[in-house]
Amino acid sequence: MKSLKRHFTALAMSACVLLPTSVQAGKVEVLHWWTSGGEARAAKALKQMMEDQGHTWKDFAVAGGGGEAAMTVLKSRAVSGNPPAAAQIKGLEIREWAELGFLTSLEGVADNQNWDQLIPPMISDVMKYEGQYVAVPVNVHRVNWLWVNPDVMDKVGVKVPTTLDEFFEVADKLKAEGYIPLAHGGQPWQDATVFDAVALAELGPEDYRKAFVEHDMDVINSKKMERVFAQFDKVMSYVDDNAAGRDWNTATGMVMEGEAAMQIMGDWAKAEFTAAGQTPGEDYLCAPAPGTSGDFTFNVDSFAMFSLSDEEDVKAQKDLARTILKPEFQTLFNQNKGSIPVRTDMDMGDFDSCAQASMDTFQSSSDDGGLVPSFSHGLATTSHIQGQIFDVVTNFANSDNPDPAKTTDQLASAIQSAM
Amino acid sequence: MEYRQRRPSGVARVSSGMMDSLQRWLPKLVVAPTVLIIGIGIYGFMLWTAVLSFTDSSFLPSYNFVGLEQYAKLMESQRWLVASSNLALFGGLFIGICLLIGVVLAIFLDQRIRQEGAIRTIYLYPMALSMIVTGTVWRWILNPRQGLEKMMHDWGWTSFSFDWLVNPDFAIYTIVMAAVWQASGFVMALFLAGLRGVDSSIISAARVDGASLPVIYWKLILPSLRPVFFSSVMVLAHIAIKSFDLVMAMTSGGPGYSTDLPAVYMYATTFTRGQIGQGSASAMLMLGAILALLVPYLYSELREKRHD
Repeated sequence: MKSLKRHFTALAMSACVLLPTSVQAGKVEVLHWWTSGGEARAAKALKQMMEDQGHTWKDFAVAGGGGEAAMTVLKSRAVSGNPPAAAQIKGLEIREWAELGFLTSLEGVADNQNWDQLIPPMISDVMKYEGQYVAVPVNVHRVNWLWVNPDVMDKVGVKVPTTLDEFFEVADKLKAEGYIPLAHGGQPWQDATVFDAVALAELGPEDYRKAFVEHDMDVINSKKMERVFAQFDKVMSYVDDNAAGRDWNTATGMVMEGEAAMQIMGDWAKAEFTAAGQTPGEDYLCAPAPGTSGDFTFNVDSFAMFSLSDEEDVKAQKDLARTILKPEFQTLFNQNKGSIPVRTDMDMGDFDSCAQASMDTFQSSSDDGGLVPSFSHGLATTSHIQGQIFDVVTNFANSDNPDPAKTTDQLASAIQSAM
Repeated sequence: MEYRQRRPSGVARVSSGMMDSLQRWLPKLVVAPTVLIIGIGIYGFMLWTAVLSFTDSSFLPSYNFVGLEQYAKLMESQRWLVASSNLALFGGLFIGICLLIGVVLAIFLDQRIRQEGAIRTIYLYPMALSMIVTGTVWRWILNPRQGLEKMMHDWGWTSFSFDWLVNPDFAIYTIVMAAVWQASGFVMALFLAGLRGVDSSIISAARVDGASLPVIYWKLILPSLRPVFFSSVMVLAHIAIKSFDLVMAMTSGGPGYSTDLPAVYMYATTFTRGQIGQGSASAMLMLGAILALLVPYLYSELREKRHD
């Protein structure tokens, strides 16, 4: 009996040891899923910059692609009142977290650093809740890119297409010569990424925004949308039969090796080319996705900042927000990730030609209204509606006899049911 | 009893009283944590899921009750219907084929063949792999660009085509293939154990009466293995309904969502899309499916046993 009691005591004591120990001053805990290659290097740089300012960095990296595993951990931590300082949350999810009262206002830092001047309003809107910054943007990805293998184009004697009609013409010639015109991976988000580009080309930025941001049924359930589906079907017909389940970077590899000629993918694909030692303009070309030159579908990574209780930690958190928007970090991070800085006042001299072109379009489109949030990457709509659109699009892309009219109806009712 | 009465000192009697009560309490004490953990971890959360399925919980649980709305939405969802019919197809084929292959292999192995131990191990080994490994290996084998089809093409049979994995109409059958490969050895082992337990004198008696071997197996031996069928179906049915890892490793539900199973749907809605209410409703329907299958089966099996 005595020994039993002793065991229980020991158990209870070991349980105490396992509980979190006292909080250290100036600690910043960051949840992210930058765990591979260039991203991991960038995260390390941020850590170094924070430590140089005298703060302790607690890494909370949860691997797993889209960060689903990380989100589950984050939810339980936030609900139990122990959230990290910052978490990689993007798009409309920032607003969902803010509505639940978990996020803290960054007004002091934002005013100090003059964020409203640095960041285009389209993007700062996403970062704000009730007029106050609750998240800090890290980078801007352009989604509507076309990646091209110039050798293949030269061999067949075709130019990089600028419209969808040109694309079909070029693709037919490529196909006749035995090349795969469009490298693609048959995963729902990749289907949606191509659909995203085709929809922007067919609808134009204004109707794109009406359909995917405002969910205006007059645009969603219209002849125009039917045409988007018809064109999307035609684009997908230039994909090889074995695309199902292929990862996006495998598809990029097919373009690199000259097996396929083109790929429609966001500029994270550039990191693959860079990693293979290729130079833009020589070994590969980047061009706007057919029919979308001058327009810019953006996908912004960001950190949402959680409400913390400890004074020192709050200070560290503010420093983190400031550091993320510093030009040094913006340059270093975005060169590694393939994206462009979120600040429009940056010197782009150190970036490659694709990034420079991206920045030019970013600035011009934010003035002329061609800048739209990407629905396929969660910037335009809630994850629920996004999921519904994904289902319809991917089902259409994998259908034996796709019917644009019927699918348009399905899209409308799917979005309606999720609103 | 006599021994105990003969014990002289009162101390011993007291301590034996304590021992007795300890003996009475210890099993309960030892089992208590398990009961508690199962009670909360399984039945408690089951109940919570049931409650959540009647709420409009989106990405965190909320308690704003909306009645059966989540179930109604689920029934309208094209993807859920695909997932459910896939489960019926997958479950039916998986259980059926596993039983067939398992029984046939067990009967063959029961013919006192040479090297039985080695062969038995070979057939049983797939069970030692996790579904993720099985799924990944089969994905590589069946992928037309790198697996079987490519090998045939490289060997010169260029007209060979096997693209089920990337064909939305047939992809679900590749999942069945992988699952059958994994589980049929296990069914074989169960039946082999059952066959070894059959009294050989029955077989001899039937032989004397002039029954042929197939007839003996069909009419005599297999009916006597009903309990083995019972446990096999139990195990296979729950593997089928909870199947998630195999699908994720092989196709991630694709092409499109043509190989979605309810468990995959549940995960996607609850965790990827932040629709906890909807996800809970689908989880409750999965639970309902399991109960609808198992309760009548359990009932009939257990009742008949009592009649024996």
